[in-house]
Amino acid sequence: MMKNRKQIKWGFLFFFLPVVLWLFLLIVLPHLELLRLSFTKANTGKLSLDNYFAFFREPIYWLTFVRTAGYSLLVTFLVMVISLPVSFYVSKMVKGRYVGVLMILILVPFWVSELIRVYGWMIILRESGLINHLFVALRIFKEPIELLYNDVAMVMGLVYTSMLFMVVPVIGVMDDLDDSIIEAAYDLGASKIAIWKTIIIPHCAPGLVNGGIIVFMLVLGSYLTPNLMGGKNSLWFTEQIYNQIILYFNWNQGAAFGFLLLALSSLIVWVLLKVTKQSLKEVVK
Amino acid sequence: MESALSVRSVTKKFGDFTAVDQVSFDVEDGKFFSILGPSGCGKTTLLRIIAGFYKPDGGTLLFNGKDMAGVAPNKRPVNLVFQNLALFPMMNVHENIAFGLRRRGEKGSSVDKKVQELLERVGLPGSGKKQINQLSGGQKQRIAIARCLIMEPTVLLLDEPLGALDAKLREHMKVELKNLQAQVGTTFVYITHDQSEAMVMSDTVAVMNNGRFEQIGTPQELYHEPKSSFVAQFVGNNNKLRVQVRHDHEGASVARYNDVFDFVLSERIETKSKDEEYDLFVRPESVVINPEKDRKGFHVLPVDVLSILFDAGNSRLIVRPVDSKDEMVVALPQTREFDHIKAGDRIHIGWDMKNVTCFKRSDWKLYDEE
Repeated sequence: MMKNRKQIKWGFLFFFLPVVLWLFLLIVLPHLELLRLSFTKANTGKLSLDNYFAFFREPIYWLTFVRTAGYSLLVTFLVMVISLPVSFYVSKMVKGRYVGVLMILILVPFWVSELIRVYGWMIILRESGLINHLFVALRIFKEPIELLYNDVAMVMGLVYTSMLFMVVPVIGVMDDLDDSIIEAAYDLGASKIAIWKTIIIPHCAPGLVNGGIIVFMLVLGSYLTPNLMGGKNSLWFTEQIYNQIILYFNWNQGAAFGFLLLALSSLIVWVLLKVTKQSLKEVVK
Repeated sequence: MESALSVRSVTKKFGDFTAVDQVSFDVEDGKFFSILGPSGCGKTTLLRIIAGFYKPDGGTLLFNGKDMAGVAPNKRPVNLVFQNLALFPMMNVHENIAFGLRRRGEKGSSVDKKVQELLERVGLPGSGKKQINQLSGGQKQRIAIARCLIMEPTVLLLDEPLGALDAKLREHMKVELKNLQAQVGTTFVYITHDQSEAMVMSDTVAVMNNGRFEQIGTPQELYHEPKSSFVAQFVGNNNKLRVQVRHDHEGASVARYNDVFDFVLSERIETKSKDEEYDLFVRPESVVINPEKDRKGFHVLPVDVLSILFDAGNSRLIVRPVDSKDEMVVALPQTREFDHIKAGDRIHIGWDMKNVTCFKRSDWKLYDEE
């Protein structure tokens, strides 16, 4: 009996240890060090709150912070709005093997790295790019216009890169919605808008919140897309962290920014769950 | 009397397959009308056409004389109780029932009052706050019907709503549904494959097969005077004997069974050729065991008892006519009169010639014959 018990323990340890090591060495430990750094002064090494005060003192920092949060929410919202009809089409309108074809069409862009995808957009949008060539040739534009390096281009790029993470969970919950429930609502006099409002969206809420959390966190922490497509005109908060750590070698300031971003994302996810009355347990299931 | 619903030669095709073929019928206001047919006969398709989910390929549909062509399901004065009930799981009972009224733009206390009235009518007062998953099967049933009745539809369509219930509850709901219909006076169109449901509840039953109506009539008419081989077998139980039909010198039709037994039929059948095959239908409950000898207008057949199926008031004998491979089912009245019958006995059975029907054999399959 004793021997058997020990074996189970070893087996458990064998699978559990890598997880613990992973979490501790790669996530908890570095974060603890960053937390310490964020509360110490760069030149003296003394304990202080200066790094956090600096954030509020300099408008460029907190303005970028607010901008990042606002645009992340906007991107999350846009992704939700676009993914609902897309998921509905894939889940309810298409039958048989075309579902697989469509799913592959949604997945294929994600086999390519984010960098390549962003460069793809740049080829299309830049001054000497595809759209400019086309519009100039059609005489819609008199001369090429720079379509890149603004907020619109950046939001579009972010929506594009995070689409999949919303569509997949929403299709998942949409598949569970019985067609006859939609028909019943239609039969009882509901208009198409009313069906979306009262039946489909409430049913899909767990999937939407699930996707929403993933998309929001991905967008908030993304660096490549805002940097390449937004350029210098659209600052993203991750760029401020990068600047502090890589350009100014001010790890302490960068660490403080990092924790502010972590606090922000936790807060917004918490608010999102409260507002939609979903529990985290339900959503991550 | 004006018809609440008239269907005029409605046809629906899916590719080459004709699901509903030139079906016409009228339902009088306030009646309980059932469409009875085996699965795959097109009854659900017909119901979905009436509800507006399918567009018919031909024919017209009138509610109280109004043509419904091009009217969307949410604009029709008809509501459908779905097979799986399709209650909205994201809402409670009250919200489910009020759903239709709210879509019409009704608000405030009048909605609450109507919902409460209806909950009382279906025997579930005070359960408005309950969630759908807290309800039992029978309660869900009633909520699904209440949700439609609150709309005061011209016609209420029901798509085998008792199918998901267990046998005991189904028996109970049959009676309850019939009473509810009598009480509210709404026209019901009910589809089912269960003949007992159709017979118990309906004023009129239409028997459907292969996309067509075989016969429309009261349950009694369908049982006593079936107009086709399909109806004879599908409505009630029937024994089927393969016979040849010829005519005797007085002109009466005679069905010859097993080349030996001649049964004179009460109605003349016009045969076209000698090779035509006919089926003689005898109901187990119209068979008399050991009838008196030489009774007039009686068909008598000697049989061997194969087995006795004792089932209280529904007991039956399985018998085999002598020198044949057929089997017949005979009702065994529990009057203690036939207690002496044992498996292997040779007995005589007989039936009144008025109680049999004879139809030309047709090629169709009953779904439960597989």
